[in-house]
Amino acid sequence: MNIVVLVKQVPDSGAERELRSDDQTIDRSSANNVLNEMDEYAVEEALKLQEALGGEVTVLTMGPEQAGEAIRKALQMGPDKAVHVLDGALHGSCAVATSKVLAAALRTLNPDLVLAGAESTDGRVQVMPHMIAERLGIAALTGARKLTVDGGTLTVERQTEEGYEVVTAATPAIVSVWDTINEPRYPSLKGIMAAKKKPVQTLSLADLGISPDEVGFAGSTSTVVESTKRPPRQAGTKVTDSGDGGVQLVEFLATERFV
Amino acid sequence: MTVERILPTPEASDLLALVCDIADRELAPRAADFEARGEFPRELLRLLGRAGLFGLPYDEEYGGGGQPYEVYLQVLEEIAARWLAAAEAISVHTLSCYPVAAHGTDAQRKRLLPDMLGGELLGAYCLSEPAGGSDAGAMTTRAQRDGDGYVVTGTKAWITHAHHADFFNVFCRTGGPGPRGISCLLADAGTPGIVPQAAERTMALRASPIAQVAFDGARIPADRLIGEEGAGFRIAMQALDAGRLGIAACAVGLAQAALDYAVGYARGREQFGQPIIDFQGVGFLLADMATAVSAARAQTLWAARLKDAGRPYSQEAAKAKLFATDMAMRVTTDAVQVLGGAGYVADHPVERYMREAKVLQIVEGTNQIQRMVIARHLAKG
Ligand SMILES: Cc1cc2nc3c(=O)[nH]c(=O)nc-3n(C[C@H](O)[C@H](O)[C@H](O)COP(=O)(O)OP(=O)(O)OC[C@H]3O[C@@H](n4cnc5c(N)ncnc54)[C@H](O)[C@@H]3O)c2cc1C
Repeated sequence: MNIVVLVKQVPDSGAERELRSDDQTIDRSSANNVLNEMDEYAVEEALKLQEALGGEVTVLTMGPEQAGEAIRKALQMGPDKAVHVLDGALHGSCAVATSKVLAAALRTLNPDLVLAGAESTDGRVQVMPHMIAERLGIAALTGARKLTVDGGTLTVERQTEEGYEVVTAATPAIVSVWDTINEPRYPSLKGIMAAKKKPVQTLSLADLGISPDEVGFAGSTSTVVESTKRPPRQAGTKVTDSGDGGVQLVEFLATERFV
Repeated sequence: MTVERILPTPEASDLLALVCDIADRELAPRAADFEARGEFPRELLRLLGRAGLFGLPYDEEYGGGGQPYEVYLQVLEEIAARWLAAAEAISVHTLSCYPVAAHGTDAQRKRLLPDMLGGELLGAYCLSEPAGGSDAGAMTTRAQRDGDGYVVTGTKAWITHAHHADFFNVFCRTGGPGPRGISCLLADAGTPGIVPQAAERTMALRASPIAQVAFDGARIPADRLIGEEGAGFRIAMQALDAGRLGIAACAVGLAQAALDYAVGYARGREQFGQPIIDFQGVGFLLADMATAVSAARAQTLWAARLKDAGRPYSQEAAKAKLFATDMAMRVTTDAVQVLGGAGYVADHPVERYMREAKVLQIVEGTNQIQRMVIARHLAKG
C-alpha cells in the first residue's frame, strides 16, 4: 500500500505566536517552528500500516524553504521519501488555494491512502482533508481514532463529541487522525542518520501546472484583514482562608458553573 | 534553561534535540516518583536504548552511534539534568562496553558488540571488591583456567545494575599478586554461579540499586577473555579514563538542574518586599554557581575533545571528574541554601540533587584518587 502523509511546519503551540504586521500571515521568523503535533500521529499510523502491509510511505508538505526541517523531522521517524512543494508565489495561500496545490502534488504521487493530522495547531480549520478529497474525487474519512485496512477497504472509528461513528470507504481515500489513534514513536539516532540520505523531491508551481495567480494572496478566497492580540490573562482569584476558605471555593465553583 | 551548545554536525544537533525531547517527556516527570519508590526504570532505559543512546561513542560498524565523545557527553549531561540515575545507567553501560570495543579481537567485536550496543541489553562493570576499592590492583576474585573456560570465585562490591544487567565485565586474578595478575572476562548474566546479593540501602540513586555480586564457581568460556591474560588492570584503568568523563558530564547536568531550579525559585520568592535574587547575598551565590557550572562544562568538553583528537587525555579526564563532581556537590548544596526550608523538603528536587551529587565524588575513582592520578602525571613531568 502506497501512503502519502501530509505534514506541515507550524510555530510551536507551547510558545508565544505572532502574525506579521505587514501581511497578517504567521510570523515564522521569530517562532520556534516544529512539525505539527497531530502530523506525528499520521506518520506513525502510516509506518504501522507499512510494517503490516508493505509499500512505501512518502511525506508531502507545502511550505517555505525552512519547512524542510519539518520534512527532516518526519523522515527521521521512518518514511521513505518526501516531496516539498516550494514556490515563492505560494506565500499567503488560503486553505482553498493550498488544497489545490496539495491535490495537484498528490496526483503526481497516486497514493492508495493519504493520511493527515485532523488539524494543524496554527490554522486549526480542519478542512484540508475534505477539500483535497473533493478535488481528487476520493472519500474523506476524518477525525479517526482508529483505522483498519482490509484489502481495498478502509474502516475508521470517527471521533465525535458524543462518542464515535464507524465509517468505511474504498481506497484511494484520505484519512485524518486525532492524537487518540496511536502513540508516535520517537526517532532514533539511526533514523536521524538515515533521514540524511532519503530523497526529497522539490516541486514548483510550474512542475504542477498551476499558475502563480491561482495561489498566494492573489488566488486566495479569504484574506485576513485585521488581527487583535489575545487579551492578557487576567489574574486569578485568590482565596485567603480565614476559616471560610472551603465555602468561598464552593461559591467560586458555583458562580463559574463548574459544579 | 536551554544550554547553548556548539555541536560538530547537524545530526548531533538533531540528536541533542531528540534527547531533550525524550528526557523532558519521559524522564523528568517520573524521576522523583521512581526515586521515592526505589524502582529501577528498566522500560524507560529500553526506550533510551532504542533511540540509540546505548552505544553512542562506538563504531557504527559494530552497531554503535559513531559519535565523538564530545557529543556523547552532552547527551549524558542533558539526561542527568532530568534524572541522574538514567544518565548513570547509560554511563555505566557505555563503560561496560569499553573493554570489548577497545581490546576485543575482531571476532569478539563482531559477535558481541551489536547486541551490547543495540539498546536492549544492559551491562555491568565488576571491578570493586569489599576489600579492594581504591586499591583495585589488590583484588582477590580468582579465575582458574579449566579446559575451555575459567572458573571464577570471589565477591564484587557496589555493582551498579547487579540485578538487571544482561552481561558483566569481571576483572579477576588469573595470575600472581598485583595489577599484572589481573584479567578481564565478559560473562552472561544467566551464567550459573553468578549471584547478585541483596540491594544496598543507599543515600540516593535508589532507582538504580547497587549490590554485591557473588561469583560462586561461575564458569565463563575462554573465548570471553577480553585482551590477554594479565592485561585486565590496564584495560580497567583505560575504561575508567573514558568513564570518568561520563561522570563529569553527569555532574555538570545535575548541577545545571540545581542551578536552574534555584534561580527560578529565587526570582519568585519574595522576602522583605522583593525577590530574594535581588539581595546581593543570594544573587552572588547564584552567580558563583552559574560560573562554576560553565567552567566544569568547558573543562569536561575540553578533555573530551582531546580524546576525540586521539591525544592523551587521562590527566585532563581526572581533572574534569575531580572539578565537575566537587562543583556539583557545592552547587547542589548551595541550591538547598537558596531555597531555605523549602530546600530541605522533598516537595522540591534540590534535596535529592544534593544527595545525588555525593555519589559522583566517590564512583569511578574517589576524588582523592583523581588527585593522586593528577599528581602522578605532574611528578612524571
Ligand atoms: C552508587 C555506587 C555505585 C558504584 N558502582 C560501581 C560499579 O558499577 N562497579 C564497580 O566496580 N564499583 C562501583 N562502585 C564502587 C566505587 O567505585 C568505590 O566505592 C570507590 O572506588 C571507592 O572504593 P571504596 O568504597 O572501597 O573506598 P576505599 O578505597 O576504602 O576509600 C575510602 C576512603 O579512603 C580514601 N583513599 C583510599 N586510598 C587512598 C589514597 N591512596 N590516597 C588518599 N585517599 C585514599 C578514599 O578516597 C576514600 O575517601 C560504586 C559505588 C557506589 C557508591
